[in-house]
Amino acid sequence: MPVFDYAPAPESRDIVALRPGYGLFVDGAFTEPADGGTFKTVNPATEEVLAEVAEAGPADVDRAVAAARRAFDGVWGRMRPAERAKYLFRIARVLQERAREFAVLESLDNGKPIRESRDVDVPLAAAHFFYYAGWADKLRWAGFGGDPRPLGVAGQVIPWNFPLLMAAWKLAPALAAGNTCVLKPAETTPLSALLLAEVLQQVDLPPGVVNIVTGAGGTGRALVAHGGLDKVAFTGSTEVGKQIQRTLAGTRTKLTLELGGKAANIVFDDAPLDQAVEGIVNGIFFNQGHVCCAGSRLLVQESVAEPLLERLKQRLATLRLGDPLDKNTDIGAVNSAAQLERITELAASGDAEGAVRWQPECPLPDRGWWFPPTLFTGVSQSHRIAREEIFGPVLSVLTFRTPDEAVVKANNTPYGLSAGVWSEKGSRILWTAQRLRAGVVWANTFNRFDPASPFGGYKESGFGREGGRHGLEAYLDA
Amino acid sequence: MSLLVPAAEHLPDALASESTLRRFLHGLPGVDQVGAEARAATLATRSIKRESKRWALDMAVRMTDLTTLEGADTPGKVRALSAKAVRPDPSDPTCPSVAAVCVYGDLAGEAAAVVAGSGVHVAAVATAFPSGRASLAVKLADTRDAVAAGADEIDMVIDRGAFLCGRYGEVLEEIVQVKQACGPAHLKVILETGELATLDNARRAAWLAMAGGADFVKTSTGKVTPAATLPVTLVLLEAVRDFAALTGRAVGVKAAGGIRSAKDAIRYLVMVNEVAGERWLTPEAFRFGASTLLNDLLLQRAKQRTGAYAGPDYFTID
Repeated sequence: MPVFDYAPAPESRDIVALRPGYGLFVDGAFTEPADGGTFKTVNPATEEVLAEVAEAGPADVDRAVAAARRAFDGVWGRMRPAERAKYLFRIARVLQERAREFAVLESLDNGKPIRESRDVDVPLAAAHFFYYAGWADKLRWAGFGGDPRPLGVAGQVIPWNFPLLMAAWKLAPALAAGNTCVLKPAETTPLSALLLAEVLQQVDLPPGVVNIVTGAGGTGRALVAHGGLDKVAFTGSTEVGKQIQRTLAGTRTKLTLELGGKAANIVFDDAPLDQAVEGIVNGIFFNQGHVCCAGSRLLVQESVAEPLLERLKQRLATLRLGDPLDKNTDIGAVNSAAQLERITELAASGDAEGAVRWQPECPLPDRGWWFPPTLFTGVSQSHRIAREEIFGPVLSVLTFRTPDEAVVKANNTPYGLSAGVWSEKGSRILWTAQRLRAGVVWANTFNRFDPASPFGGYKESGFGREGGRHGLEAYLDA
Repeated sequence: MSLLVPAAEHLPDALASESTLRRFLHGLPGVDQVGAEARAATLATRSIKRESKRWALDMAVRMTDLTTLEGADTPGKVRALSAKAVRPDPSDPTCPSVAAVCVYGDLAGEAAAVVAGSGVHVAAVATAFPSGRASLAVKLADTRDAVAAGADEIDMVIDRGAFLCGRYGEVLEEIVQVKQACGPAHLKVILETGELATLDNARRAAWLAMAGGADFVKTSTGKVTPAATLPVTLVLLEAVRDFAALTGRAVGVKAAGGIRSAKDAIRYLVMVNEVAGERWLTPEAFRFGASTLLNDLLLQRAKQRTGAYAGPDYFTID
């Protein structure tokens, strides 16, 4: 029994009014799907069914795209940019006003700790709308020509790891640039996007400007292959990204992809060790490791590996896993049984291939899907856990001897989304960052996001940038 | 440098000469200020409720060094404060005593007379507190005087001038000598981190103090702004944790100045718990140096007990 045992401090879920069923948000209204199909969305921490959600088929997708086209031609594409900005500012403000409601719903549907949904997901989502609202009437100065035009209708498919935030990343720049959207949230986490639809009604966004079609892979395929889209934006796995690229090859539809990653977090021997430990923890255990830019490979200089790992293990022992709605929870639930199975399988491959598994003492709840924070030492570049994206709270530890070796190992991956560098020496940070083939390089921090900063990958991590001035390019005829 | 340094057996290379001492202190892992502040801010979001809050409030009372360090202090004021230290809440017999009364050395005898037999310690500031600008002979005499007057804890200040111009050996020697002058009294070494300015300096000064035999490292005199902050306390807690891993000796930490609310105090306890560990969750290893904090702790204790807030007039002002 710990000396200082924190009593449960759960955030109340009463603030969220869950409906038993949700329709598709098309042309400004919630509507039933043509063939009446539904699926259940589940709380991953309890396996309790939260709601029945409509499953969109090809006919529904067609209706949504048609509504978006009408809205683009009739209203949104012709609206004065300053007026568009007002809608986006209003969305941002309402997101802030209803922040607690969004945070609780996100934690219920996704399994992430309320501390993260409250302090990261929801504030950042609002910040993205604020940021791009500011761009709407300043597009001439974005660096894409004197009179950049919107593309038209964008189809946007987003993942389950940051449901609301990814919706904001997709919708805010598209709308600011004058496009209309059909958004497909992930099938395990549709609820915050549907609550966002209520916000869009609340701010009187013209019907059809944003349409939300819920469903699984089939719905996503129907949307991507629709033919009536000017633009497709996808965030998710590299495998699905490649399928989408094949589908759209030879068509006029523009594409941006934000895919997987296997980021290296490089710790040099002159790093601020205690803060590096925090950065490693934040890099791989933030959101249960369900982060495409997670620092899943720790590359540590051999001369400092031992003290660093000792500190890291001490730190992992203080992580609190459990009820996502408890304000003191650090590690929540794995989003789905399928994801848990994948994490478990890959971790087992680490054991089988000869890496050494370490986990702190960490009792898991009886119901729901959980995986304890895990680190593997003795990992070599050839191990599956060093090459494949695990998308879970599993850290692979590798060592290096020289800065050159660190860079070679860090770049020796098909991915290239993000990387971290830890050193107290500025010149070493710059030398390393120049050589890393990764879209984002963090220095003495990790997993820091800001709407003004572009984000995106090299190689199999995708192409195109989201965030910042650069994020507008994907939605303009630049 | 041939000092009888208490930590010499564990740090023989570091303490061999002035230059090895400098190399050791500058070879300690750096502190990234942005990262340290972010860690402190995240820990401050912990939500401590119900029985854990009651436990924390009692522990914070037991960890308090109830302090008066004014030029206007009188024997009467110190006696009143000492009575309060023994029985902080006369309406509640379950309320624990505080850890110590902290006063200027010339009034230590007044405090000792009141708290005798209660278990409450008498802490006296010494070594030309708060500036520390006096000769070593004066500082040692100041220390011996306070111990003779009845202080069993001495809060000394380091020579920040010497530290900032890199004369680390001089700072260390002074700590070692004051420690000897303390005799059986416990030594708290005030780093005055507000004047050291960087977190790197705070970490180096903490290691110097621990090497010199400090029983506690203490953030501040309370006379300089900023005094105790969560990030600087984080760095001191990391230092004592690392020193204990190296030597086995658990040096305490005292956060002093600027901690006024029970809510703040609980944030410090969370940090002690998660950064240094349970071993530091006792009045022997963690203290608050404060004057107004105690009444807020008492107010919150009473709220937990009765379910309602009492007015400030129900708690004594001494």
